[in-house]
Amino acid sequence: MWLKSVCKSLVFGLPIGVTILDTVGYVARVEGISMQPVLNPESMNTDYVFLSRWAVRDYHVKRGDVISLMSPKDPNQKIIKRVVALQGDVVSTLGYKNQYVKIPEGHCWVEGDHTGHTLDSNTFGPVSLGLVNARAVCIVWPPSRWQSLQAKLPENRQPVSTAI
Amino acid sequence: MTFMNFFGKTCGFIGYALQYACITHCTFEYIGDFVMCSGPSMEPTLESNNILLTEHISPRLQKLRRGDIIIAKSPSNPRQNICKRIKGLPGDKVRGNFPKRSQVVPRGHVWLEGDNSSNSADSRIYGPVPAGLIRSRVVCRVWPLDKITSLAA
Repeated sequence: MWLKSVCKSLVFGLPIGVTILDTVGYVARVEGISMQPVLNPESMNTDYVFLSRWAVRDYHVKRGDVISLMSPKDPNQKIIKRVVALQGDVVSTLGYKNQYVKIPEGHCWVEGDHTGHTLDSNTFGPVSLGLVNARAVCIVWPPSRWQSLQAKLPENRQPVSTAI
Repeated sequence: MTFMNFFGKTCGFIGYALQYACITHCTFEYIGDFVMCSGPSMEPTLESNNILLTEHISPRLQKLRRGDIIIAKSPSNPRQNICKRIKGLPGDKVRGNFPKRSQVVPRGHVWLEGDNSSNSADSRIYGPVPAGLIRSRVVCRVWPLDKITSLAA
């Protein structure tokens, strides 16, 4: 009889769990050094961040937000970057094929904080907002690093001109 | 006492409703759903207001092939979905309209074209589309009833 009750709670519990992870958010481990110094300041220990799915339910992101998105080069891979420019902005690039890029409609320009050690829009160009997966809200683990992630842009990476 | 009874019944009802909402969400998100398409870009295969049954399993496993009809988020507006046919996979040589020369589809992208090539905004205008934007693959048409056909490639 216990087997039946386990099966029953699995059949009804699993969809509820998946739905909560899909709509509210989940905790994920950050790998790599591309977002130093904000995330993973020492390459030894990795940070865990809370990714809010609810915050991007309407594909609404701001300049400076830390977001997780599907890599345009590999749909299985998720990357975490900072939004630098939104549609209509003109951004001065670092090593992209054009020196200045106007962000097309429905796209954004993302960059890692660790300039030079990150695979970002300077390599693959503007990314479609449909690839945005979630917004990183705070670091939840380890406890000594507990903090919320601020939406801020370095002074030298502001877009050249902003649309709105 | 009747208040407690009423309260308990309401809670139970809300619980059941939430449970079924979650099951519905998971089915539509991970297994398959119904899509109504509009616009002329896929004529003569599909017409406006046809209802299609789609499945979400093969895009998730990346078992997509050339010739599959897929539903994807529009690259220029993520709130809008587009319905196109896959014409090229990564590494294929395709011919764009603008710039008008052949190019190779990059890794992690697909080349989408509508069947109505004279009236379709597709990869010939906005270039290769990231595979991450693909939501589902069309299996068959379920409405109108006299035109039920399998559309799998």
